[in-house]
Amino acid sequence: MKKILAVDDSASMRQMVSFTLKKAGFDVTEAKDGQEALDIAKSSQFDVVISDVNMPVMDGITLVKNLRGLPQFKFTPILMLTTESGTDKKTEGKAAGATGWIVKPFNPEQLLAVIKKVIR
Amino acid sequence: MSIDLSQFYEVFIDESFEGLEAMESELLNLEPGDVDSEIINTIFRAAHSIKGGSGTFGFMAIADFTHVLETLLDQIRNGERELESLHVDLLLKSVDCLRSMLNAIQNDEPQESEEAEELRKQFQAILDGKSHDETASDDGESSAGAEAENTNGGDVITIWDIKFAPEPHLFRTGNEPLFLFEDLQALGEITVTANFEKLPELTDLSAEDSYLSWNITLDSKATADNIKEVFEWVEDDAEIVIKKVAQIEDFDFGFDETEQTSTETAEDTTESQTEAPAAPETSASNVQPIKTEKPKAPSPAPAKSKPAEKSTTKSDSTSIRVGTDKIDSLINMVGELVITQAMLNELGEADEFDASKLTALREGLAQLSHNTRDLQESVMRIRMLPISFVFSRFPRLVRDISQKLDKQVELKLLGEQTELDKTVMEKISDPMVHLVRNSLDHGLESPDERIANGKGETGTVTLNAYHQGGNIIIEIIDDGRGLNTAKIKQKAIENGLIEADEELTDDEINELIFRPGFSTADAVSDLSGRGVGMDVVKRNINALNGTVEVSSVPGQGSTFTIRLPLTLAILDGQLVTVGQNVYIVPLVSIVESLQIDISKVNSVGGGLDVLRLRDEYIPIMRLYEMFGHEDAGKKLEDGLLVVVESDNEKVGLLVDDLLAQQQFVIKSLEANYKKVDGISGATILGDGSVSLIVDISGLIKLAGLKKAGRQGLDFSKPVSEAV
Repeated sequence: MKKILAVDDSASMRQMVSFTLKKAGFDVTEAKDGQEALDIAKSSQFDVVISDVNMPVMDGITLVKNLRGLPQFKFTPILMLTTESGTDKKTEGKAAGATGWIVKPFNPEQLLAVIKKVIR
Repeated sequence: MSIDLSQFYEVFIDESFEGLEAMESELLNLEPGDVDSEIINTIFRAAHSIKGGSGTFGFMAIADFTHVLETLLDQIRNGERELESLHVDLLLKSVDCLRSMLNAIQNDEPQESEEAEELRKQFQAILDGKSHDETASDDGESSAGAEAENTNGGDVITIWDIKFAPEPHLFRTGNEPLFLFEDLQALGEITVTANFEKLPELTDLSAEDSYLSWNITLDSKATADNIKEVFEWVEDDAEIVIKKVAQIEDFDFGFDETEQTSTETAEDTTESQTEAPAAPETSASNVQPIKTEKPKAPSPAPAKSKPAEKSTTKSDSTSIRVGTDKIDSLINMVGELVITQAMLNELGEADEFDASKLTALREGLAQLSHNTRDLQESVMRIRMLPISFVFSRFPRLVRDISQKLDKQVELKLLGEQTELDKTVMEKISDPMVHLVRNSLDHGLESPDERIANGKGETGTVTLNAYHQGGNIIIEIIDDGRGLNTAKIKQKAIENGLIEADEELTDDEINELIFRPGFSTADAVSDLSGRGVGMDVVKRNINALNGTVEVSSVPGQGSTFTIRLPLTLAILDGQLVTVGQNVYIVPLVSIVESLQIDISKVNSVGGGLDVLRLRDEYIPIMRLYEMFGHEDAGKKLEDGLLVVVESDNEKVGLLVDDLLAQQQFVIKSLEANYKKVDGISGATILGDGSVSLIVDISGLIKLAGLKKAGRQGLDFSKPVSEAV
């Protein structure tokens, strides 16, 4: 079973992402901010990371930078959840090492379509 | 796969309310001009989350509304715009507006409101006024994209030649060329040729880098935009050239357009506008555009219909958020309970039961009662929330009211972590608001008056909460002018509450403001009149088994003290016997229990006996008499005296005997029978019989009316003053 780390400070978004992915057969671990995600990531491995950008404690961009510094996350697809107003965030995320992005708002089908772009 | 999004609505609404609360309190911390970036960030994040969630869950009115304030906040955050006090005011109004929109979701009502539209326009006006570059460019981009999308493609098969030459670091972005080819394959037929020119010698080869590039031929009905979308994530990490080689009309294999189209390239894939000029020439008028999934600009129509579909999700039950530690400790306790039960079971199932097992049985029972009590406490703890839930609404309230009144007020919050039952919390909020309004309106003076009285310009209102015994005390303290006893007395006489010649202490006069029908009408402002509705405040607090008192020093301020039980459901009580009857005295009220030394009892007339206890006189109340039992003439020295305290008054209850102390589940007498003075409720004892719970403060009042009257002893005073 493919493992996904879902990071979002909003509980409803986290639950929605997690529920959708679990239903699609993924093994999902949730984290509520970048720091929590990084702590989890340090001692484990994931097939995909999906992270929000705007989060307290540690934001998504910093998380991506940190993850890319971990040997087991060197090539892992990392997707950012951005909003349409955050066009510069896309560039910033890419520069930090993100693989791609999902633009909010999105529905479960769109989420799965995007996941399929990075794991098969 | 279809997923019912309505299952996430409740969490979304809960967290949005929390976000709004955070927004509000941070907004109140903001000083225009002096912007703390962390505060702005927190506010921005709250708005941002609400926008993201509302868009995702289909509440487009909220998403559209939050979009404008988010844009403004983003500009302030990035230093593109100075924060003005107008912004803070508008943002605070938006918080209110969003609250009512969220309430509308809960009530299955439409979220659109004129207020929201009005506010949105005001935000838009601010945004249009200055640094419009961001919003404008946003719009421009999306419309240009839409245009390009509409003009190209359709039932026409195009042969595309695509060059894809990634930078060496491509793999380190997590992208995989193979997946891109597969995505292209989904658009049509592809032929891929790899170029190995850049591949170094094996010794120089770094396994982490990408050296290959590819030429891809794609036969597809897809548009250039569709293809660009495939490469969307790697456009900065690769050289991508998309060329149209030929175009084939369906069922008409004409190649006539080859020449002109082959010259068109899209070197810079980020600029969709470059593609647009080609459109009119290449596409026939009957071409149907392929609708690509573009989450960027969701059409409002389908989204708006979503809230209507969610009618099934509404529930009347309120939810409560509980820390997992509380749940964990609960599970622990249930675990222990199961062990105890197993142990008792073993004893019970043994074939023979002899004295040797008695010890084990007792131990088991002791364990069981221990477990039960722990479990009960844990369950109660789940219902407990910090009073900051109530306090948090006051900074805003104080800000708004003081602005309206033109007064300078500092609000101090103390004891915010004090925990209180959720039900009690919900019901205490309104009375507190009333009291705080009163303090601001009538308690605190205007800055001029304060200066004239030698006080600082800024008045202070303090909210303080703390535990005392089984009660929670909430104080609302102001340093204003204090209650005007002369005026209150005059008003009370006018309204017929007291006789003109009645002698009253200042405290007694102050208490008059809680009487129904009292109003110092000439002091009424549009906000509140001290006295108006105070009886309602008192009644509401009494309904929670609580009390409210006021103390005041002229010129120095007033203190309103609310005393509430921590919970309404459980009571620690002392069982006492009065003749054949068993009563329960709340343990929190009991000061001490003693045998009466008859030599220290004095009769003060009116049938009232007082006991001299150390330096106080304690009036003795015979429960026999109070509750109309027989043996009313029983001698004092035969019984026991339970000294209890309520409302700062101590009295001694004469009973026959003390039995056990234990916890009782309170059942309402009023709901099951009728209200009885001096009794606060009933409970069911272990043997199944019903026992009544003594209402100490009610009893004191009852006794006061019967015996002491208004001219009677003031029990609360120390001996030196009372005698």
